[in-house]
Amino acid sequence: MKIDATQPLEYGTEENRNRIFGFWLFLGAEIALFATLFTVYFVLVNRYASGPSGAEIFELTPVLLETFLLLTSSFTIGLAIHAMRLGLKKQTMMFIVITLLLGAAFLGIEIYEFFTYVHEGLTLSTSAFASSLFTLLGTHGAHVAFGLLWGSVILIQLKKHGLDHSTANKSFIFSLYWHFLDVVWIFIFSFVYLKGLM
Amino acid sequence: MKWDEFFVTGDPLIYGAMVSIVLVSLAILFGLTYYKKWGYLWREWLTTVDHKKIGVMYIICALLMLFRGGVDALLMRAQTAAPEMKFLDAQHYNEIFTTHGVIMILFMAMPFIFGLMNVIVPLQIGARDVAFPKLNAISFWLFFAGAMLFNISFIIGGSPDAGWSAYFPLASIEFSPTVGNNYYSLSLQISGIGTLLTGVNFIVTILKMRAPGMTLMRMPMFTWSVLITCLIIIFAFPVLTIALLLMMFDRLFGSQFFTMANGGMDMLWANLFWVWGHPEVYIVILPAFGIFSEIISTFARKNLYGYTSMVMSMVVISALSFLVWAHHFYTMGQGAMVNGFFSITTMAIAVPTGVKIFNWLFTLHKGRISFTTPMLYSLAFIPIFTIGGVTGVMLAMASADYQYHNTMFLVAHFHYVLIPGAVFAVIAGFHYWFPKVFGFRLNERLGKMAFWFIAISFNVTFFPMFFLGLQGMTRRTYTYSEETGFGPLNLLSMIGAIGLAIGFILLVYNIYWSTRYQPRDKTGDPWDARALEWSTPSPVPVYNFAVTPKVKGRDAFWFAKKNNEPLSDEKITKIHMPSNTGKPFVLGVAFFFLGFFLVFSWWTPSIIAGIAVLIILATMSFERDHGYYIPAEEIVQTEQKLRGDTV
Repeated sequence: MKIDATQPLEYGTEENRNRIFGFWLFLGAEIALFATLFTVYFVLVNRYASGPSGAEIFELTPVLLETFLLLTSSFTIGLAIHAMRLGLKKQTMMFIVITLLLGAAFLGIEIYEFFTYVHEGLTLSTSAFASSLFTLLGTHGAHVAFGLLWGSVILIQLKKHGLDHSTANKSFIFSLYWHFLDVVWIFIFSFVYLKGLM
Repeated sequence: MKWDEFFVTGDPLIYGAMVSIVLVSLAILFGLTYYKKWGYLWREWLTTVDHKKIGVMYIICALLMLFRGGVDALLMRAQTAAPEMKFLDAQHYNEIFTTHGVIMILFMAMPFIFGLMNVIVPLQIGARDVAFPKLNAISFWLFFAGAMLFNISFIIGGSPDAGWSAYFPLASIEFSPTVGNNYYSLSLQISGIGTLLTGVNFIVTILKMRAPGMTLMRMPMFTWSVLITCLIIIFAFPVLTIALLLMMFDRLFGSQFFTMANGGMDMLWANLFWVWGHPEVYIVILPAFGIFSEIISTFARKNLYGYTSMVMSMVVISALSFLVWAHHFYTMGQGAMVNGFFSITTMAIAVPTGVKIFNWLFTLHKGRISFTTPMLYSLAFIPIFTIGGVTGVMLAMASADYQYHNTMFLVAHFHYVLIPGAVFAVIAGFHYWFPKVFGFRLNERLGKMAFWFIAISFNVTFFPMFFLGLQGMTRRTYTYSEETGFGPLNLLSMIGAIGLAIGFILLVYNIYWSTRYQPRDKTGDPWDARALEWSTPSPVPVYNFAVTPKVKGRDAFWFAKKNNEPLSDEKITKIHMPSNTGKPFVLGVAFFFLGFFLVFSWWTPSIIAGIAVLIILATMSFERDHGYYIPAEEIVQTEQKLRGDTV
């Protein structure tokens, strides 16, 4: 393993650089994936049949709260990487923990939202609009949930091994993933909720 | 669910298949135990991360699937060989044309191409392995899990029966109530993840791991084609994943995406499917173009004519491939403007493809051509593929397409494109690179016999279908009356299909015969070829290159040979290698069970299998394995042994 000391830890070996580049490509595929889901949603958004439409069930308060939580978590994962670059293990871990807690709170509100929708008569099988809404939000939510598990696994490794080429690389890639989820959410917030509320 | 619903019952053909599956499985288990090969199988194959072995496993699977899909094809031809045949019933016929399509495209053509690119691409760019060897193993085992899941459908639960394009509302739970289309959705999702990861892996490999001096415009054409193919994969496969996910939700959880009520839109499926489906055609065709470019240049003893235009045409094809999808359903009422747009984009694809055809012809021009088996396939490809291409332009004209939409004309067209394009290419590549992997060539006489059988029988099988289509025979009809007059041409087609079967049996026999009797090749370069893969000894040692070659131009190995210069003057040093791991295999098994339980909507087992998948992924993350080193002395010894002391 050739180590390049002029680079930050996460870029330090050829394998690390390849991993980061490969993950960017994977995010390219994720963009195609969410783009497809958004397309499906836009095609079906006005096909709410006899069920409620978006304007009838969307509420701004919980969604705004979700947005606030997720955007803050994107900031804290940025701080975690900043701390990692400074070589501060404890601070890195702390900011990842905060990120995950914010993510969990986001997920909690989203699940609560889903319950409200169902309560108001909007289930997966109510209409094409409902199916596409639940699938788009659900896919994003599932990504967040997977991120929570992934982040916890990385935390354990940071605790065990400290900051080295392997753990720094994993933390950095995780931060890319987390920022990406944030970007997707901004699109959901703008084009699903805000547009739906209009 | 009762047991008689679980297993498919009532058809002697299926019972025969069940018996043969049980017998073959028992024979394999017995053979492995008797010859004490379990350890060998586990150590050398199931846990391997070596790109060459993974490639070989892909190709073995592809050959098995070629056999399976071929039997489907023979059954279809037998059923339609004469009017009013009673050989298969309508349901069974539906299942067979569906599985034939899915298997040939996704479980035969794609893995065959993946196999060749796994074996060859790292060698062509002078790399020790792919960028992520472990991920490569995961890709293979996910593909394998998907393929097995799809194949058990015809004895457990019933095969998908709504065509390989699975159009809604036919494929919905309302009109296809068996679990068949659940198999379709889940097996393709699982193998699709593997495909996507392969795409990522090979882009990183090709862009980041080339030998020093190999700029992008010095790469061999096959590597170029794989790079562009992988880019298509990254943008096309997520669309399929989503389409299949929505299909699964509609069928398992009662969502309303493609239904006929509550706002569902069946045409949404057709659009999503073909947004992936048309690029998919180029995912199998572009690497084929790369293979032909390698072979034609090698056996014409000339460098490839128009290298830059070859690359440019592939880039243009890959971009256009995303802009033509609606030509698959001109007749479904999207209006003249839309049809006009897609007509033009479709015909535009003929331009870059034509450029490639002329480049191959100019490469052949004034070349010293040797007619080896791989070269014969490549030469036959050019005229046959051109017929496929020209009929494609006929189909591209929306107004004319109303005449032959969904007829046998279409079936003839896409077989005229895919068989010379994809199948001839992989067989040619198989013959061409076989000595690199196994250290001996396949027998030329048997190879040529198989070629003539396949090439002639192919035309006998599919050329009549053009006329059947123009006479109005629709595709996917399981029988027809005598008055239609379709009988004689269908019979001719059946005769051709038998010839094709003989050709493929000869091909397999050739593998057996050559393994036993062909002389071994000591040079590593039996064809006097051009690219870097031929500079290694055959079979290629696990570390590929003893020293990393230095590349000074295109066809690096050829010019090193002509100028008598070594590819590298560095000394042999220790080489870092990744260690084997069994986890990708275990992950494949877990995914297989996850898919299987979901097919039957058994929720508790599904959740357990899902958790197992997550746990395996977590243990993979915890693994801290930095591989091992092969010492320099060992490499020197291996090289001397393989090259017969010349180094």
